[in-house]
Amino acid sequence: MEEEKKEPKKKIKIALYWAATCGGCDVATLDIEEKILDVINIADIVLWPVAMDFKYEDVEKMEPKSIDVCLFNGAVRNSEHEEIAKMLREKSKVMIAFGSCACFGGIPGLGNVANREQIFKVAYKDTPSTVNPEFVTPQTEMMTNGGEKLTLPEFWNTVKTLDQTVDVDYYVPGCPPTVDRINDAVGILAKFAETGELPPKGAVVAFDKNLCDECERKRDEEKKIKRIYRPHELKEIDPEKCLLDQGILCMGLATRGGCGARCVNANMPCRGCYGPSPEIKDHGAAVLSAIASILGVEDEAEMIDIGTPEEVEELLNQVKDPLGTFYRFTLPSSMLKRVIIKPEKGGET
Amino acid sequence: MEEEKGDFEPKIVGFTCNWCTYAGADLAGTSRKKYPPNIRLIRLMCSGRIDPMFVLKALLNGADGVFIGGCHPGECHYIKGNFYARRRIAALRTILKQFGLDNRVRSEWISASEGDKFARTMKEMAEEIKQLGPNPMRDKIL
Ligand code: SF4
Ligand code: SF4
Ligand code: SF4
Ligand code: FES
Repeated sequence: MEEEKKEPKKKIKIALYWAATCGGCDVATLDIEEKILDVINIADIVLWPVAMDFKYEDVEKMEPKSIDVCLFNGAVRNSEHEEIAKMLREKSKVMIAFGSCACFGGIPGLGNVANREQIFKVAYKDTPSTVNPEFVTPQTEMMTNGGEKLTLPEFWNTVKTLDQTVDVDYYVPGCPPTVDRINDAVGILAKFAETGELPPKGAVVAFDKNLCDECERKRDEEKKIKRIYRPHELKEIDPEKCLLDQGILCMGLATRGGCGARCVNANMPCRGCYGPSPEIKDHGAAVLSAIASILGVEDEAEMIDIGTPEEVEELLNQVKDPLGTFYRFTLPSSMLKRVIIKPEKGGET
Repeated sequence: MEEEKGDFEPKIVGFTCNWCTYAGADLAGTSRKKYPPNIRLIRLMCSGRIDPMFVLKALLNGADGVFIGGCHPGECHYIKGNFYARRRIAALRTILKQFGLDNRVRSEWISASEGDKFARTMKEMAEEIKQLGPNPMRDKIL
């Protein structure tokens, strides 16, 4: 990684961090290949747990605002994530939520359908590969026989986005962000290193239109679908025709563009990883509302009370897990944020 | 929370269309039908204006129940608005179920001449929501 090269006038300091993450965002950062050298050229990396050996203490010792840019991937799921997020916010001039987990909660955010107790029960007891008759679960503190105190971060009931935890300057959505958009972000860093200029706060490194604008498939103007199919249920998927018109639930119509329509181009529906289109506050509700409007209930045109709500519900019941489908990447950033769990089944938040 | 059940006064937000249900509510009023005062009506030109977001927002802001009222199917002033409303509500219900909130949302077709039905529906709904207790969303906003 250390590359001896003539220094540009001034190098910026960047930190990369992962919280509740799958690691994919860090791998995606490496996917920019030789461009990573551009990064090394303009920046000194002061923290990157996945690739380099740094200690939290090193960062702790730094002066406030001494890191120029922090790229934070992953959602905030436990006390360590929050602590580091706050520390990095204090030490960094610019905080970037990198990847859908940091921006909206992402896949780990789906944990908000359950609480800690339920998650522990599945993870440390019910999974077939687990033998744990005493149901031992992670404790935040314990004493070893040698009298040494060991601590673990506290696991929370609710997953939060980065901007529900600290102030965020920019967003790079995507699960993971695509190489082109990461390159855009690197471009922003390079400009910052050179001129000190930054885009307006809150900018999203993606497009301002929805994915359908980017998608080249032909679509029906008068959309009507009679049945919802999962991709594997269709013998053939027409690669030219809008997936929604073929009855496949595609979230493109309320999802922010910028990914290059990579899933639809591979004949798979968009699952919405770029998050809601601008102006949409609740991704799931927006997709749901749009889908509901095109669900063709037979005979409705004849103005008789045939298409009962039950029928619509039945149509939608073909979606196996509506919440997980419509809020796949955005549950923690949605309006309701999490599923309510009755107190008798364990506390909330 | 338990002790509040039954004797708390629920807040119910109602979205009603101008031409039928809102007029029905008016009729209930002018003909002096009695119904509990828990409902706060918001008039939409047509129930077709209803957006799942309105419902979520009402619940999030602490409404204990949400009522949606429109013209009977086939009688919408704008022809098809209530069909859209009906589908959106049904669709919304599928996720509200998972959120644990679906029994707090009710829709009903009430025409301008059905003041009785309006009053009855309000009575029933206030009772149902009282039984459910306050909206758990109310005080757990992050
Ligand atoms: S956004 Fe996707 S790729 Fe990135 S950490 Fe989250 S799950 Fe992994
Ligand atoms: S719904 Fe999906 S397939 Fe259809 S145009 Fe939009 S992105 Fe393309
Ligand atoms: S098509 Fe949708 S799910 Fe696929 S990368 Fe693009 S935004 Fe994400
Ligand atoms: S005007 Fe009453 S539902 Fe459309």
